[in-house]
Amino acid sequence: MTVTDSRPARRRPPLGIGSSLTAAYYGLGFAGLMLAEAGLVLVLLGWVLLGARTVASVPVGPGDGQKRELLILLFLGAGLAIARFLVLPVLLALRRLTGLTRRLAGEWCGVPIAESYLPPPADPATLHYTARLRWLLSDAATWRDLLWVAVNALVGWILAVASAALIVVGAVAFLVPVFSHAVPPPAFPGNTKPVLVILGCAMVATGVAAAPWLLRGYGLLAATILAPADKAELALRVRHLSQTRSEALDTGAAEIRRIERDLHDGAQARLVAMGMTLDAAGQIIDTNPDAARALLAEARDSSVKALAELRALVRGIHPPVLADRGLGDAIAALTLDTPLRIHLASDLYGRPPAPVESAAYFAVSELLANVSKHAEARETWVDIRHSDGMLRIGVTDNGRGGADPACGSGLRGIERRLASFDGILAISSPPGGPTAVTMEIPCELSLPKTSFS
Amino acid sequence: MRVVIAEDLFLLRDGLSRMLQAHGLEITSAVDNGADLLAAVAKDQPDVAIVDVRLPPTFTDEGIRAAVAARREMPGLPVLVLSQYVEQLYARELLASGSGGIGYLLKDRVFDSAQFVDAVRRVAGGGTAMDPEVIARLLARNTGNVSIGALSPREREVLALMAEGRSNVAIAQRLVITERAVAKHTASIFLKLDLQPSDDDNRRVLAVLAYLEG
Repeated sequence: MTVTDSRPARRRPPLGIGSSLTAAYYGLGFAGLMLAEAGLVLVLLGWVLLGARTVASVPVGPGDGQKRELLILLFLGAGLAIARFLVLPVLLALRRLTGLTRRLAGEWCGVPIAESYLPPPADPATLHYTARLRWLLSDAATWRDLLWVAVNALVGWILAVASAALIVVGAVAFLVPVFSHAVPPPAFPGNTKPVLVILGCAMVATGVAAAPWLLRGYGLLAATILAPADKAELALRVRHLSQTRSEALDTGAAEIRRIERDLHDGAQARLVAMGMTLDAAGQIIDTNPDAARALLAEARDSSVKALAELRALVRGIHPPVLADRGLGDAIAALTLDTPLRIHLASDLYGRPPAPVESAAYFAVSELLANVSKHAEARETWVDIRHSDGMLRIGVTDNGRGGADPACGSGLRGIERRLASFDGILAISSPPGGPTAVTMEIPCELSLPKTSFS
Repeated sequence: MRVVIAEDLFLLRDGLSRMLQAHGLEITSAVDNGADLLAAVAKDQPDVAIVDVRLPPTFTDEGIRAAVAARREMPGLPVLVLSQYVEQLYARELLASGSGGIGYLLKDRVFDSAQFVDAVRRVAGGGTAMDPEVIARLLARNTGNVSIGALSPREREVLALMAEGRSNVAIAQRLVITERAVAKHTASIFLKLDLQPSDDDNRRVLAVLAYLEG
């Protein structure tokens, strides 16, 4: 499961023959995706084409006009009936396909494209048919999807397959005939062997050289059509911020209630009991010194327990080592307190802002607790780095995998807390392991405080 | 015995001084920050320094750093660090900070003045005083350890007390058993954990701590 930031950064295409061939191969993947999208839309439009063809095939003669009108009405009716059932599933399926295009544009072309569909007015399952149709059709993103299918089918696919086509045609049609008679050489004047070799090599070389750029061009084309307009992107951002803000406020309020309850039931209650015990001891100290001494010992025990509870509470709010030394040492201290075998690699030259530090600490703490509870891992690796304005933390274990955020609220909770900082959490946990959790939080580091040493 | 105290809260500094004086210890200086501690240690040449972890100006881990710095300037200086909480990370740093007695205790331990003064004397004498909570967490960390699993409950009690830095005599008093019984338990523990037995109390403590820290 991944949650993408709404404003991801673009990357440069990687250069090199291997990556060029990969790029050509990816282009073919996009072409395949184009076929699927076009096929899907044809399912919807097929009856129009079929109708037009049938109507056109009716011979024009006296009396045929009525027949033609009847046919048009018939296809119109059939079309409406089909549309009634097909529009919704086709549009939703198209969303999945363009969603895949968006994701792959990020992964393959280095041009991540954000998704900006309007949220359904209510749970889509309970929505009335016309309400769902209105929801889909009133969304500009739906129309952008359809526009993309048309553009992709007309020109997009050429960008996608061009380099693969150049390489394959150059190799099969021009170079193979030079060495083998199984394939006839292309028929054009002056098709001597040297000319064929030069042309073939030129085509293959052009295909290889152009592949990353064509792939990137395809990504940019997809972005111009599929990426949300600035306004939509801002709306998306506002929606994301107001949601995470209200969640952050909720978590904060819940946390304060928990602290209040813990203090009330724990340390506060013990101090009250202590006061009463001391009072009782004071009343009998002259008449029964032995009993008074026992009461005093009891009061002392109460104070020790109150202190222990306060310590545990403070540790849950803001662990001392985190305040003292920052994230790296705080997690080092955490690893010293668990029976897990943990390899920690921390490479921070400064300290993230305190709220980020705290969120990251509790996230790692929760992940390690998950590992020790569920993973049956022999070893765990924690990796903390900061680069390009991004704090990256990886927690990997060689346990049995199968961690599913849907099954426990822990991972969801971490994700929600990170979202308040525009942070993301990605998890890969196939059954049988290993489990790799990666967290990314955008933040800057401040240089370490210099103080007395 | 001459003691230097560094504690920034007046009430605690005062209470600690009075309690130690009541037990016949001499307080040569009582300061409230790390820089003054270094100066006092250099001037007074005390038998032991008692240092709070949180000191001005940043109120973070100044005490630990001051203790380590003091031991660097005065090798072998016994230091007892007091804290509102204990961290294994800091315990390790203190143990690694050179030779000489070292102690790391929760402030709560001050409530039991007899035990506390005993710990101060032990550290001043070059021994070790680790807080029971540090040891409990070290043992909890070793739950999967087969050798420790093979120890009897009594042996585990002895192991914990030994790791805190207590001598056989003190362990015997604490568990209300004879010294010979303690010696038998320790021999068995060292055998099961495959550690070199040692007559030197403190070397024995350090070996056990090193083993638990794994």
